[in-house]
Amino acid sequence: MILSVRDLKVSFRTNDGLVRAIDGVSFDLEESEILGVVGESGSGKTVSLLAVMGLITDPNASIEGSIRYKGRELVGLPARELRRLRGNEIAMIFQDPMTALTPVYTIGWQIAEQIRAHQNISKAKAMVRVEELLAEVNFPNPHEAMSRYPHQLSGGMRQRAVIAMALSCNPALLVADEPTTALDVTVQAGILDLVRKLRATHKSAVVFITHDMGVVSELADRVMVMYAGRVVERGSRMELFSDPRHPYTRALLGSIPPLTGEKPRRLPAIPGSPPSLLRLPQGCAFGPRCPVHYEPCVTDRPELGIGTHAAACFRVAQA
Amino acid sequence: MIYAILRRFGQMLFVMFGISVIVFLIFFATPGADPAARIAGRNATAEVLEAVRHNFGFDRPLYVQYVKMMEKIFVTGDLTSFVNRGWKVVPAVMDSIPVTLSLVFGAAILWVVVSIIIGIVAAATRDSWLDKLLMALGLLGISMPVYWLGEVMNLITQSRYHDSWAFSWVPPLGYKNFSDDPKGWFLTLVIPWITLAILYIGIYGRVLRAAIIESLQEDFIRTARAKGLSETRILLRHALRTSLIAFVTLFGLDFGALVGGSALLTEVVFGLHGIGKLTYDALQNLDLPMIMATVMYASVFVVIANAVVDFVYILLDPRLRTS
Repeated sequence: MILSVRDLKVSFRTNDGLVRAIDGVSFDLEESEILGVVGESGSGKTVSLLAVMGLITDPNASIEGSIRYKGRELVGLPARELRRLRGNEIAMIFQDPMTALTPVYTIGWQIAEQIRAHQNISKAKAMVRVEELLAEVNFPNPHEAMSRYPHQLSGGMRQRAVIAMALSCNPALLVADEPTTALDVTVQAGILDLVRKLRATHKSAVVFITHDMGVVSELADRVMVMYAGRVVERGSRMELFSDPRHPYTRALLGSIPPLTGEKPRRLPAIPGSPPSLLRLPQGCAFGPRCPVHYEPCVTDRPELGIGTHAAACFRVAQA
Repeated sequence: MIYAILRRFGQMLFVMFGISVIVFLIFFATPGADPAARIAGRNATAEVLEAVRHNFGFDRPLYVQYVKMMEKIFVTGDLTSFVNRGWKVVPAVMDSIPVTLSLVFGAAILWVVVSIIIGIVAAATRDSWLDKLLMALGLLGISMPVYWLGEVMNLITQSRYHDSWAFSWVPPLGYKNFSDDPKGWFLTLVIPWITLAILYIGIYGRVLRAAIIESLQEDFIRTARAKGLSETRILLRHALRTSLIAFVTLFGLDFGALVGGSALLTEVVFGLHGIGKLTYDALQNLDLPMIMATVMYASVFVVIANAVVDFVYILLDPRLRTS
């Protein structure tokens, strides 16, 4: 077991009161496994993984629960210790490669900086390693790319550079926060291939955050669907796509255009919008938008059951 | 690259030409600004006026007067004052340049170093008592008029506490040539440097703090944290480096203006006969040749300072380097 998160709660103090962005999230990650985390914007996918990285710097945030990395508790770990893990054993790829790199330094410099932050090697050796890494993420001309500034590269190339940087210290765990969202579809495919290939070569476990069901179906071993700060369904990719149980998961899958058969005039959409975290309904957070909600959904909150494939829905428990 | 530098140089010359024409027209061709009347005095007769006009060449066409004046400033260097006839203007400016440069360069080094330290410390300890204290001190520095501060400094170091151990080293007011007496040069300038720098330390410290705090919100700072870098390194290498643009812009403007004569109040208070003082006296007497010469000198420095700022931009931000 690489990562084991138990009952993670993240709240922010705001002027309007306490906002619970993450409410009791639990999941496990095995070695070289890819976990897809799916959900709309604001569902807490990014915040939960930032908490794992120890990257929530907001002084108004409070984190409860347990995050164990290789058996070691990360919540409450001193900043120094956490820093030693970050970038070294746990690496992260961010959503927007346009802004994720410091604009005033070359790609090579920035990757070497990370290597030298964790390993005691000379600048020249670090640069050799950088060139290898850039070749590994399919830069056509790695030596030349090292001396390029971020603004001189295309979005896809920048994301490759970010991935090369994340891999520079052979992390056991890679967190990818919507790494393909800001890219063209063709570039996306290349990046996904790369993640798959790297999982095989580096044996890293990957947490892949996305709101794109298509990406999940291509990449993930297991999937976790989040809504309003809670996990509403989890299961293997096969289970989730062949037998979606939670109405929210079904609605998400229903809004993917079918490849065969008659083209629908309009894609079905989920009515309404995600609830404000400040005013969550008392019962099921998805209740007001749910096509199959009934009395228990209004007053009680359904819990995620146990087992590999589980959904937090009374209808499922009933069936 | 060479082409870019040459083009930039051409632009500088063009700007200076523009400035010289405008200043010339303001003083020689504005209706009512008859230099002859001013030289001749209040109750001059028509004959005297005519004589003065002919004597000084004001009866010739404007463009001839302009070209003559520029020739005298830049080529022959023998432009003479209208007020003290025979007093050569160009050597007077040349003599004042080292004074002003010494004052402004020293103060600039002081304010850049101190304000960068203050900006970094305040941004790093944001919202703490130290940050609040530094920003309050900065505001105090900005709020104190330099002529008042200078006089208070003089009162303390030259008069009230001059005999105490703390200030007995302070030499009397005035400027000493660096080549004659380097130690005296330094000692006479210490208090003026501090006085002039305090205002700018306040402004620059606050500007830099704000810029760093803004930089710290950027995505690439999160990347830097994810890389496992230390907070110090993130602050200095990533946040500070990307915050220096605003700082450099401000510095170019202020430095150019100060070297061009804006340090007048400091110069007067400390008895330093620099460009500011020269310009001020020339304006008092409406000594047109002197005004022309000092304005041309100031424009040279403002234009050079701007070019240097553009160059530093390119060093700081690779996005501005067009291949």
